Amino acid sequence: MGTAIKTNTIKDELLIEFEASKLFLFGNAQLRDKAMESFYKQDIPTRKNEEYKYISVDKLLKGKLKFSTNKNCSDEQIEPLKFLKEAYVVVIENGVFVEGLSNILNLPTGLTICSVVDAIKSNSQVFEEHYAEYADVTADPFIALNTAMAKDGVFIHIAKNAIIEKPIHIIHVSSALENTIIHPRNLIVVDKHTQSQIIESFETVDSKASTFSNALTEIVIDKHAILDHYKIQDEHELGNLISTTQVIQKKQSVFSTHTSTLSGSLVRNNLTIVLDDEHIESHLNGLYLTADNQVVDNHTVVDHRKPNCNSNQLYKGIIDGKSAATFNGKIFVKKDAQKTNAFQSNKNILLSETGTINTKPQLEIYADDVKCSHGSTTGKLDEEKIFYLRARGVGVINAKKLLMHAFASEVVNTIKNVDLREYVEDKISKKFE
Amino acid sequence: MLTIKNLHASIDGKEILKGINLEIKVGEVHAIMGPNGSGKSTLAAVLAGRSEYEVTQGEVLYNGKDLLELEAEDRAREGIFLAFQYPIEIPGVSNINFLKTAISEIRAYKGLEQMAAKDFLTMLKEKQELVEIDRTLVSRSINEGFSGGEKKRNEIFQMAMLEPKLSILDETDSGLDIDALRIVANGVNKLKSEENATVIITHYQRLLDYIVPDFVHVLYNGQIVKSGSKDLALELEENGYDYIKAEVEA
Repeated sequence: MGTAIKTNTIKDELLIEFEASKLFLFGNAQLRDKAMESFYKQDIPTRKNEEYKYISVDKLLKGKLKFSTNKNCSDEQIEPLKFLKEAYVVVIENGVFVEGLSNILNLPTGLTICSVVDAIKSNSQVFEEHYAEYADVTADPFIALNTAMAKDGVFIHIAKNAIIEKPIHIIHVSSALENTIIHPRNLIVVDKHTQSQIIESFETVDSKASTFSNALTEIVIDKHAILDHYKIQDEHELGNLISTTQVIQKKQSVFSTHTSTLSGSLVRNNLTIVLDDEHIESHLNGLYLTADNQVVDNHTVVDHRKPNCNSNQLYKGIIDGKSAATFNGKIFVKKDAQKTNAFQSNKNILLSETGTINTKPQLEIYADDVKCSHGSTTGKLDEEKIFYLRARGVGVINAKKLLMHAFASEVVNTIKNVDLREYVEDKISKKFE
Repeated sequence: MLTIKNLHASIDGKEILKGINLEIKVGEVHAIMGPNGSGKSTLAAVLAGRSEYEVTQGEVLYNGKDLLELEAEDRAREGIFLAFQYPIEIPGVSNINFLKTAISEIRAYKGLEQMAAKDFLTMLKEKQELVEIDRTLVSRSINEGFSGGEKKRNEIFQMAMLEPKLSILDETDSGLDIDALRIVANGVNKLKSEENATVIITHYQRLLDYIVPDFVHVLYNGQIVKSGSKDLALELEENGYDYIKAEVEA
């Protein structure tokens, strides 16, 4: 019997890479060390971890992974991903801001867009005040890992009173040629009385490798600000994505966020919104269309800390093939948060016998004068409706398509940007073909 | 046009239709009347192609074709239209989009060229006026939030759009007030021609004051027990179904 050579676990590989590269990474070394320590303690979650019960992240993070952030994309390859007619476009390729592929010339007064690395170099006060202040490294191993290992990302600041008419489109593109893990890190700060829309899309270009993107965006919304935020996730069949969005809202702000998950091998969304003041409104909408062996997991946390706030969530999914979808929605209503209205709804259509849906609402309410509700449904396409359409000459396939569109439309219609809505509708139509 | 011979059908092993014979020729209007549970709606459902009913005996020929062999959508494409007793609501599917899809599939089935968008819209407008349906109803999702009368009117509107050869109206009069009934009947009358045929399934004679049938059949216990002219409907109204039952059971 020979002695087995012990290969490094991915956790150790990550630690080694961290130690080797940390001197070259931006920002506060102490913060990174602490984050790495926390990651090492938490470890890559297995299914034994309650929060990661329905996805096998540990199985994906096996074998050799590269940490490369090489730039491979050409203008021609990026062009089709710029699907909004008018937008300020930020391209983040393999976790690094690429100015040459972006369109951020002639920004209007009040709008700052730059790489995270440049934000640090220029000693941005706003950046320093908010960076890594909200995403808690002890709360989740991927927050910790991102905070430790992020190489770059985008910093967006909208200064007081600015109304930004055109949307800001952040394109996260994976183009790695070998199996790679990346950690894009973004910070969005919208000051008081501003209004803006930010779209994050997640795409793959010309890659046959398996990519693992651990993306994190922190969003800070000051008083009376209005922000519409969208995530459109459309990576290729070897794309794995952990997308964490950490939001803090101040008094009388309105935040609407929409997540459409259209493809990708594994997609995990961690969306946390802290309502840290009074008279805040938060809208969370999500749509996931899964097929084959896809795994899509939406985790939301809505944390009501102060009185008189409203939150409303609607997540809908269509599950086909052997795919598995999870919706886990937590609502906390803290003791002070009287007169809270918090609603949550999750509806699913299961098209196949082999698909799985796990839906788990969790409400923890410590105030006594609140209105909260949650509901979830899972069903098949309604045979009566199919028959009605068939009885008018519509074939089974088109009848089902019409009904799937109808089901999805409730969520798609929450997309206020017309160009974006049409883009998503078109994507959905193609998926139903 | 339609020949039904000794049709037997059951659901969950229970026989509902027990040997129906009926001949419908082009240009004719037939009324099928009968008490609750006599099999009226089952007959409509079997003709439209509902799969939960099992045909155990008999045949149905439609323009020479074996109707029972056709899928529900192919029956519709061949020109059969069933106006539902309880039209279902389909939130999120607009009437217009639905009709566009239906017409496109029907035309493809028949090997006809697709309709130009402009022609479709012209047709939409014409038929709206013909059956007196509100434009706002047409632009909404199928039957979503419609009143009972509006749903029935929408059925007749769809019928107008699809221009069927054989229309089967299943209890279209149920739940309608007299104004809605008149509008619906008016629509049906306008759509009637020498090229098509209509079957009206009803419990009451009331609708037949407005749509005058050429033939009236009484369905009882899964069979047509009596046929006659429109006077038979009046007779039924006068005497109720009990006298038919008495006659049959005598």
